[in-house]
Amino acid sequence: MLYGWTGTLLRIDLSTGKVAKEPINEAWARDFLGGRGLGAKYLYEEMDPRIDPLSPDNKLIFATGPLTGTNASCGARYMVITKGPLTGTITTSNSGGHWGPQLKFAGYDLLILEGKAERPCYINIYNDTVELRPAEHVWGKTVSETEDLIREELGVPGYVIACIGPAGERLVKFACIMNDKHRAAGRSGVGAVMGSKNLKAIAVRGTGSVNVADPENFMRSVWGAKKILKENPVTGQGLPTYGTEILVNVINEQGFLPTNNFQMSQMEGAENISGERLHDTRLVANKACFACTIACGRVTKLPDDAAAKYMVTTHARNWKTAGEGPEYENAWAMGADCGIDDLDALIKAGWIANDLGMDPISMGATLAAAMELYEKGVLNDQITGMPLRFGSGAALVAMAEKMGYREGFGNELAEGSKRLCDKYGHPEFFMGVKGQEFPAYDPRGLQGMGIGYATSNRGACHLKAYTVAAEVFGIPKKVEPAATEGKAELTKIFQDATSVVDATGLCLFLTFGITLDDILPEVVYGTGIEYDAASVMQVGERIWNLERLWNQKAGFSGKDDTLPRRILAEPITSGPAKGQVSKFGDMLPEYYRLRGWTPDGQPTASKLIELGLL
Amino acid sequence: MTDSKRILRIIPDKCTGCMQCELACSWVQTGTFQPARSVIRVNIFDELASYAPYTCFQCNEAWCMTACPVNAIAINPATGAKVVLDEVCVGCALCTIACPFGTVFYNPDTHKAFKCNLCDGDPACAKACPTGAIEWAEAPLGEWVGPWAEQINASYQEALKGGV
Repeated sequence: MLYGWTGTLLRIDLSTGKVAKEPINEAWARDFLGGRGLGAKYLYEEMDPRIDPLSPDNKLIFATGPLTGTNASCGARYMVITKGPLTGTITTSNSGGHWGPQLKFAGYDLLILEGKAERPCYINIYNDTVELRPAEHVWGKTVSETEDLIREELGVPGYVIACIGPAGERLVKFACIMNDKHRAAGRSGVGAVMGSKNLKAIAVRGTGSVNVADPENFMRSVWGAKKILKENPVTGQGLPTYGTEILVNVINEQGFLPTNNFQMSQMEGAENISGERLHDTRLVANKACFACTIACGRVTKLPDDAAAKYMVTTHARNWKTAGEGPEYENAWAMGADCGIDDLDALIKAGWIANDLGMDPISMGATLAAAMELYEKGVLNDQITGMPLRFGSGAALVAMAEKMGYREGFGNELAEGSKRLCDKYGHPEFFMGVKGQEFPAYDPRGLQGMGIGYATSNRGACHLKAYTVAAEVFGIPKKVEPAATEGKAELTKIFQDATSVVDATGLCLFLTFGITLDDILPEVVYGTGIEYDAASVMQVGERIWNLERLWNQKAGFSGKDDTLPRRILAEPITSGPAKGQVSKFGDMLPEYYRLRGWTPDGQPTASKLIELGLL
Repeated sequence: MTDSKRILRIIPDKCTGCMQCELACSWVQTGTFQPARSVIRVNIFDELASYAPYTCFQCNEAWCMTACPVNAIAINPATGAKVVLDEVCVGCALCTIACPFGTVFYNPDTHKAFKCNLCDGDPACAKACPTGAIEWAEAPLGEWVGPWAEQINASYQEALKGGV
């Protein structure tokens, strides 16, 4: 008998409507755990990576981990694994809330979606009962409307719903899959893949159980880890009180907060969009995902006069005065990167992003690139329909909505920053890697983040190797941000360890407080499999190499492991990191060597044999 | 009743909606994680940032006991908890209908009623709660909803006078 895993996956062919329940491959589960790992393995084995990501040939996999749905702190996560339309790489987008656990309680580890429905539909899963239902009546509706309508239609309390908004339907290249209205599998356009399949939502209700191998010892390790989280100043105090937004002031002071499309690295007025300001003026309460001890979620409300300032009149439903966010990444992309220090504009645009189902990082960063194009005279009012100047909250809110509905110039922004900059002849203004926009840490100041962004398997991403932890917060130990020495190794360790956390079904935020050593007993007592520190890290390395192989088959190579010219050649202009550029070229050969790859970045046969991938 | 005992005091303002109480409760009862078997339930009120865990009040005048035709619900003298005696329960589910608060449940697998028994004096939900929204606290009986009790009482008085 399997513990942790339910042992069953659900496969739905949307073209034919065929529903199949299959046992999961236990050997793969042992080698890749679940979530990002097991999902990637299924995608690797079942799909040709060269297919068009928005064609029916693409598969959309929802994967929970063995600890999803248990009492392990922050065991809320599921991952969406597919070919990302923004990047063309494999993508692995993670979300919390209550949807993943509910899928486990319904009896499934994975959900594999294939083909394309003829007409808009949604999936209803209630334990053993699985059905496709027509969704014409919710097609076009926002995320919150869709959830409300489907919940009402199904009539049974306790449904948890994942869905796409208008952005996903319109194949916006950075559309999200949203669940619990405000939680997002955010990056690389997974929502567009769902939209391309004519699938609006997946409603899940489960009343079953998740079994663990050794309940007594499992609970003992869970309580141990929880105690550490409660006593840790970041996870016990900082994140619950201020959310991830607590980072704004910290990162800005150190000069790592990219501003105005990375033309600067510090923002005047950053305190206006900080977690402290949000807490003091607009926060209603904090909110937790399933089994979370931290509760970093921000429930926010705008007073009527502030909300009225950015009234959006074209789509009435977007006119709300309460919602969730912003988080740090969201506040950076729409705030600092666009030069906007008006918190209310960020809150409003963030709600729109949630309700239309868009990734606020790529959304804000694409707008930032457009603002640079506009200020440099490449774009003008005839093209954009309105002035797009850095610092304009009005432009942000208006364009957020236009992007989600692909209206006017929003239709061009909806293609993402790379395609926009290419189209207007200035590819150098695209700030990202492999087609995906950078997140909120300047890789010129933080050398580890540079190598992490460049080698990430889904394009620029802070969630695959968060070396900021070591470079800024000293977790597990403090390293000099400007140094290149040791950063290749640090990045490799972070990449492998993160892959493990993503595969267990736990939330990455745990690692502010606890380490893999604390997570390991939960995995061992949960699954009953005797992983040790070395074998669990090897799971991480295996996942990383498998994703790399997938990308190689899709046509990516070492040439794509690079950073934009601005990051390599235009130094930071102010603050403690003034004068620095990314020296990532110094670190890359060492990184490939540590990975056991060839000098041009290909996994060697001996490495693949060692990992059981060949 | 004025005697002071330990009760489950719930402070909804502190709740973040993480459901760890439901997980811990189901673990005690089934050895697995199965919120559907939890006898403490968290109600989430979307976008109001309001979460309300609730479970059996352990009423002084317990209607579940009154309704039971076979006297399968007894009082644990140590904790004051009203507990279902599995060996006596015939699974008629009358208690689940009699409870005004919906905190007695029926298990279709075992054909028995089940409800909160205060974990024999060491409630797992209170231990599991990361924010202190559920306390295992000394308090005069009848006050376990804390500040809510006053509010509920006030609206009750208002209703008596013919208000809304």
